[in-house]
Amino acid sequence: MSLLDVTGLSIRYDGQAVVDGVDLFVERGESVGLVGESGSGKSQSALAILGLLPARAQVSGSIEFDGQQVLGADDALLDRLRARRIGMVFQDPMQALNPYLRIGVQLRQVLVAHGLAAGRDADARVIEALTRVRLPDPERQFRAFPHELSGGMRQRVMIASALIAGPDLLIADEPTTALDVTVQAQILELLEEIRDNTALLLITHDLGIVAGHCEHMIVLEKGRLVDAGPTTSVFASPRHAHTRTLLEAAPRVDRGEVPAPVDGRTLLAVEAASVQYRDRGGALLDAVNDVSFAVRQGETVAVVGESGSGKSSLVRAMLGLVPMASGKVVYAGEPLEGPVQHRARERRRDLQLVFQDPVSALNPQMRVRSIIEEPLLVHEKGIGSAERLGRVTAMLDKVGLEAAFLTRYPHELSGGQAQRVAIARALVLEPRILVCDEAVAALDGSVRKQVLDVLRSVQDEAGLSIIFISHDLAVVRSISHRVLVMYAGRLVEVAGNDDLFASPLHPYTRALIDSVPVPDPVVAPKAAPLRGETPSLIDPPSGCVFHPRCPRSDETCASKRPRLREIRGTRVACHYPLDR
Amino acid sequence: MKTIRVTGGILLVIAIAAVAGPWLSPNDYVTTDFDAILAAPSAQGSHWFGTDNLGRDLFVRTMLGIRVTLMVAIVASLVSLVIGVAYGAIAGYVGGRVDAVMMRFVDTLYALPFIFFVILLMVAFERNFLLIFVAIGAINWLDMARIVRGQTLGLREREFVEAARLTGVSTPRIVLRHIAPNLLGIVIVYVTLTIPQAILVESFLSFLGLGVQEPQTSLGTLVDAGVAQMEQASWTLLIPASLLALILMCFNFMGDGLRDHFDARHDR
Repeated sequence: MSLLDVTGLSIRYDGQAVVDGVDLFVERGESVGLVGESGSGKSQSALAILGLLPARAQVSGSIEFDGQQVLGADDALLDRLRARRIGMVFQDPMQALNPYLRIGVQLRQVLVAHGLAAGRDADARVIEALTRVRLPDPERQFRAFPHELSGGMRQRVMIASALIAGPDLLIADEPTTALDVTVQAQILELLEEIRDNTALLLITHDLGIVAGHCEHMIVLEKGRLVDAGPTTSVFASPRHAHTRTLLEAAPRVDRGEVPAPVDGRTLLAVEAASVQYRDRGGALLDAVNDVSFAVRQGETVAVVGESGSGKSSLVRAMLGLVPMASGKVVYAGEPLEGPVQHRARERRRDLQLVFQDPVSALNPQMRVRSIIEEPLLVHEKGIGSAERLGRVTAMLDKVGLEAAFLTRYPHELSGGQAQRVAIARALVLEPRILVCDEAVAALDGSVRKQVLDVLRSVQDEAGLSIIFISHDLAVVRSISHRVLVMYAGRLVEVAGNDDLFASPLHPYTRALIDSVPVPDPVVAPKAAPLRGETPSLIDPPSGCVFHPRCPRSDETCASKRPRLREIRGTRVACHYPLDR
Repeated sequence: MKTIRVTGGILLVIAIAAVAGPWLSPNDYVTTDFDAILAAPSAQGSHWFGTDNLGRDLFVRTMLGIRVTLMVAIVASLVSLVIGVAYGAIAGYVGGRVDAVMMRFVDTLYALPFIFFVILLMVAFERNFLLIFVAIGAINWLDMARIVRGQTLGLREREFVEAARLTGVSTPRIVLRHIAPNLLGIVIVYVTLTIPQAILVESFLSFLGLGVQEPQTSLGTLVDAGVAQMEQASWTLLIPASLLALILMCFNFMGDGLRDHFDARHDR
């Protein structure tokens, strides 16, 4: 008998099915991946298992946990099951933790509420649980508030809270999606470690995580189960077309075609740029510290790094959206200075930006036509409305949307459609440089592929240069010609795509690449290459900013700041670069 | 759209009746009919809504009251709308020091006790009907300015505004095309809250003897008078009170309808 046995699960809202006849089994001690794009019903299914769906959801089918029917069970039974038999880890630990309660108090609640322990005994078990999830200095963190912990530490606390009562099944809903890739690797490693007796139901959109950490997998599409079986066989011979689409859309960081280098003239150069912010306490922090780079015509330059590495600040300063503390930007031989509203109009049209979240990047009160038309109204006052409409329609067509979209409002578009409208708005003036700030991060795999194809085709046609900011190295590998790697506001490595991914010189670059889960069950997941998280920018480490986390560091690294130097065509800031 | 039409229609009918009604009646609003003191509604002497304790015709007085009440409400709301939106939008969009100075001025005005302020106005300018509008509008625009400023502050940081700046869209056009339409929903909702509030404040002032002066009247004054006679003559309370309720309800429903109509996100 399976530990968890779900058959024919259907969930409807007002007659609309979000989950439709899903079967799902989890054996004791086994790890099962539940995969699907947004709207596939994977989270809804998990909530149904825990009896956490809102009252208006109509649920049918059968959910048996350890032989007991959970569906329609009374609250008393569900209370006994939750936490004690089934633990749950959510995507965003900041949302799941009460900001006004100390960590220890929140974890102790679980034990006390279920009558498992009280007083000193409970405290001791909380410390034990925090130690088990490898939270550094658990006695001190016991008294900490959630905001005092980093994102990775908070997720460790959530896992400790889910495991504290010793459940048989742990349900983790996108547990690493909100985390940086090196921290994700640490959390995935932790989930492996704690799985001695606990079965794991891992909900994710990332096929790399499933390939590395799940024995079985289930693929959902629009609430229906389309593929299920052992992970290796689903990857080797997917039965359903949707599974194949998902697999094809998942780029790999370890192999596959990379774009050939581009040899154009330099179009834009950023020289010794620094950006400073004041934090709430008034302390100055260096978001970007002395960064120089150039972009050639028709080239895609990727800027990679974890959150807080300064990649967004760098391009925002370049565009004039935030002030640059020092340094300069030279575009087509002329300096670009001051905030964007003081820059010459003709210059402004040449540099355009695509944001991460298409929903907030489009004015909700404007129709698609007006949104794309607006740049033309500003810059090409001479043209009539018929010609304008023609150009807007042509632009829509270029990004793969029909003319029927002209009259839609942003809320009537899906995420991918909205992002394509945002790209159309950015491209309608035929800019020379397009900056994409995590422009595909919020999109599902298959939609991401379409958007990337649009960018590639425009680049081929018009010789557009693209600055592509991303934390996703697999995507970067598939699209960029050159890559800048940033860490804590500094540039640590600049290399051609081929060199960087095949043989990185900086230990941080190596660690970033090794942290990315590979969507191939044959490739064993690597041990998390880095400990800890990115340093505070207010008080950065001395010498090389990376030295506290670096496996190769010594006293020199702690005292002397490495300069960018050139080794066989790659610029790297490291005292002890890796061999090529 | 349906709610807007229905409620707008009802309000229009009420407004037309308030303007034209008194002409249709042979009575006026001051003359005492000694044959009919506290008379119930009847065709006798054309007292369709009855008379009050002074024998004055209640139909004419009610229509007059509606006129005054609607005028107070609309003018006060317009005053608060114009000043509040302009003030709040400028403070929010310009930001920085300008915003700080402008909002501290609002805080200072907030600290003034309202009744004291009204009495001061009355003393300084004698009793003037117009002053009631000014007083009510002068209080309500403070709230409006705060709300609009908060919204603008949020909108200014939104990415679509940033995208517009990046493209080279001029500041007036950003305010007009990107900020203002996104303020509309909240402003309309707030105005519909202001109208009933203004009506209530007016009746409160009249009750204190600071508002409309006899023999002039307003719905609020009529309700106050009706309360005193409700045991002998229930119509003196019921008629103006139900009209007041109907008007308030129509404004509220119309506000909801307008918001849905202007907000593109709302599914039509």
